[in-house]
Amino acid sequence: MEGILAWFESIKADFILNFITKDRWLLLAKGLGNTLLMTVYALLIGVVIGIVIAVIRSTWDLNSSRMKNPVGKFIFSILNKIAVIYTTVLRGTPMVIQLLILYYVVFAWSSEGLLVASLSFGLNSGAYVAEIFRGGIMSIDKGQFEAGNSLGFNYIQTMWYIIAPQMFKNVLPTLANEFIVLLKETSIAGYATVNDLTYAGNRIRGVTYSPFMPLIAVALIYLGLVMILTHFVGKLERRLRQSDNR
Amino acid sequence: MITVKNLQKSFNNLHVLRGIDQHIGKGDKVVLIGPSGSGKTTFLRCLNLLEVPTGGSICFHGQEITDAKCDINKVRMQMGMVFQQFNLFPHLTIMDNITLGPRKLLGVSKADAEEQAMKLLARVGLQEKARNYPRQLSGGQQQRIAIVRALAMNPEVMLFDEPTSALDPEMVGEVLDVMKQLAEDGMTMVVVTHEMGFAREVADHVIFMDEGVIVEQGPPEQIFGNPQQQRTRDFLRKVLK
Repeated sequence: MEGILAWFESIKADFILNFITKDRWLLLAKGLGNTLLMTVYALLIGVVIGIVIAVIRSTWDLNSSRMKNPVGKFIFSILNKIAVIYTTVLRGTPMVIQLLILYYVVFAWSSEGLLVASLSFGLNSGAYVAEIFRGGIMSIDKGQFEAGNSLGFNYIQTMWYIIAPQMFKNVLPTLANEFIVLLKETSIAGYATVNDLTYAGNRIRGVTYSPFMPLIAVALIYLGLVMILTHFVGKLERRLRQSDNR
Repeated sequence: MITVKNLQKSFNNLHVLRGIDQHIGKGDKVVLIGPSGSGKTTFLRCLNLLEVPTGGSICFHGQEITDAKCDINKVRMQMGMVFQQFNLFPHLTIMDNITLGPRKLLGVSKADAEEQAMKLLARVGLQEKARNYPRQLSGGQQQRIAIVRALAMNPEVMLFDEPTSALDPEMVGEVLDVMKQLAEDGMTMVVVTHEMGFAREVADHVIFMDEGVIVEQGPPEQIFGNPQQQRTRDFLRKVLK
């Protein structure tokens, strides 16, 4: 009994030391805010880049043999090459290295660590999102394009009204997975001196010399965020599956 | 209405269409028959440029549709197409499948498009399915909806690409009945089919194709009753047993 009480007391002291003293919890709160901010920025950048690249690459794959205008075809072939190189490089090098290059080389003049890190995560995520969307577009039956075309829809209208809604439903689980990876990936933002959640936890550990509390707290916060995200994606997915009901 | 001159189509080194000349007039019911690989489906798909011809010309109301200046989407709005695999949009209800084209392409209001859709659905006896999704329907029902979807655009001509080939035998009749009704209403139709009974009954012009050319054509009485070419006779003997 004595032992348990003593253990409980030490936990309590540890908790107070790491979170209450000098309002250290504020550091975590600020870090959490930055983590969320970077995730949202990166997500937006990633989705935009992903869509652009996926449309370029699938348009090329599906239609290059039918393009009649030689100038248009040449421009598209260049765009397609750029897109291929982009995905190859961004998926083929470590995220940390990309972040360091962007922060210390490309934007060496800038002290906006958070924005640079967001951009870096977005650029990286875009390469993965592009492949997810491209796979989604290519997996749609060719008959769907033809049915849209035969009614008189042009390529963009067919994509928008017919292909995209089906594709989005198909790729949603994979896309959600990518967003979860992205959220956790932002934990390396400290390399660009961003005070994110991980960095905050680590700083508390550095001053209190008591690693257990801050690190477990950080882990639990990430876990909670991922679970919330998963929950909402599941809800959305069920709604999108309505047309599958028999 | 449609005039085809010396139509050629190659896929890489495979020469599928080797010079087709054909005129399709308003109200014609043209049925294309022939063995698989004869090019009849490719010919049909060239008519609305789902396949781009490698040679020759196709004129629709005097307009050269293979010309780069021609807005093919405008032409396609006037040509309905029904596919072997139905190709309904699985993410949309039956109602939305039918009204998507008229609303987005013809600028018809939602209320008007739905009213017209209900009339068309009544013609094929599927009004009660308006709020269902394609997957909830049988193959025969889906194909009848596909016909309605094409009709909702008020096309001048309807192209049918083996519309009953993917159906269970007991559902073939219901689709053919809709097509017969359409023919009676005076719709211009071009049909690729293996249903010889339908060809004999509905067609006013039957085209027998083999190896990328038209071997023989004429009224059904001639093609089925007194074929002139040996290849036609061989083919009909096989399919009619």
